[in-house]
Amino acid sequence: MLDIKIFAWSTPAIIALALLLAIARSSRNPALFPVRIFVIAYIDIMRGVPVILWIYLIGFGVPGVGLERPFNSPLLWGSVALVLTYGAYIAEVFRAGIDSVHESQRAASRSLGLSNTQTMRFVILPQAIRRVVPPLMNDLVSLQKDVALVSLIGPIEILRQAGIDKAKFANFTPYVAAAIIFLLITIPLTRTTDYLLARERRRTSATRVR
Amino acid sequence: MKLELRQVTKSFGSRNVLSGLDLQVHAGEVVSFIGSSGSGKTTLLRCVNLLEPIDDGAVLLDGDEISKIGRDPNPIRRRIGIVFQSFNLFPHMSVQRNITLALTQVLGKPADEANEIAKSLLDRFGLVEKIDSYPDQLSGGQQQRVAIVRALAMNPEVLLLDEITSALDPELVGEVLDVVRELKGSGITMLIATHEMNFAQEISDRVCFLDGGRVAEQGHPKQLFSSPSDERTRQFLRRVNF
Repeated sequence: MLDIKIFAWSTPAIIALALLLAIARSSRNPALFPVRIFVIAYIDIMRGVPVILWIYLIGFGVPGVGLERPFNSPLLWGSVALVLTYGAYIAEVFRAGIDSVHESQRAASRSLGLSNTQTMRFVILPQAIRRVVPPLMNDLVSLQKDVALVSLIGPIEILRQAGIDKAKFANFTPYVAAAIIFLLITIPLTRTTDYLLARERRRTSATRVR
Repeated sequence: MKLELRQVTKSFGSRNVLSGLDLQVHAGEVVSFIGSSGSGKTTLLRCVNLLEPIDDGAVLLDGDEISKIGRDPNPIRRRIGIVFQSFNLFPHMSVQRNITLALTQVLGKPADEANEIAKSLLDRFGLVEKIDSYPDQLSGGQQQRVAIVRALAMNPEVLLLDEITSALDPELVGEVLDVVRELKGSGITMLIATHEMNFAQEISDRVCFLDGGRVAEQGHPKQLFSSPSDERTRQFLRRVNF
């Protein structure tokens, strides 16, 4: 039951966050360059570390700083960790969808006087979302699996309430070290893939519209 | 002068597509552009409605320099419509919605009025029974006619037609060209990039032959097609068997 509850409230939050990240990353406004860099870094870091590690880090770490009830619940922060990580995974799915809409659609829309935002909203996103429904479902299935990870930390919350306040004194150094090692592998991998994809696109696609 | 291009330069990487192109177009004039592929016909049209930023030179609409860097292109694009070779209809929208999208979102017209405009234009071009169809359910000729209607609905002062029959089966070319013929008398300024020499000769007030990123020769269609003065024009016309 708890699983279903977490799943039910996380999913809309994940989709919303993912869409926001994907749109920010696909934006062509030069003024938003810092935002794009931030989003890329965010996605790299969240995807580069296993979900379970984030759930531990955030689920136990944030309540560990001494928040009052009900904001000290590992369950709550475990779900937040799930939203933050899956938001990053699914942002990449949406981005693939946005990139798959042919440049000529953007040209047609812009030539009618629609702004970049209107073009995204009425022309690009509706087509992009249709195309990514299958991989989206894929991720939602594995989300369901990972929700179980959050409910795993539930019993420990009970222990906390019983006065055995372990999390507060837990040593997080190994977790952080593990996270950094994962990042050292995943970030270069992601950058290489991005580079290869960009090169491929330059070779095969029409010129980009301003 | 409705539209003026002064020394327009545009390159893609190391490839110069337009190199110092000059052109003047009067209001209501129909000008066709011919030339071998890669001669810059399409790029020229895309530079006019600012889909491609130019590298150097200026594009003027009614004497107003529209190509200035940093200028909002949207109000200008409302005045200059374009029809593409590959139609570029929005596949997830009905024919009606394809036409009304910009009317409601850009011009802020109420839905009823936009629908009315779409309906009367579709009726004028014999497409009204397709109003609820989706682009993929139409033939290429019908799609291109809808794309023309979509551009016309914005009531543009200038219409750019970019090889609008090149992606069509030969038997569908006629219906699309008929639409353009009907537009000719309406006072709209048209710039047409085309491979259809017969059509260019018939419809144009003036034909421009593009070569080397410039207008190599221009003139009245009769004169240009029957007695071209430039050797490159002669060679080109010979190559296309005209």
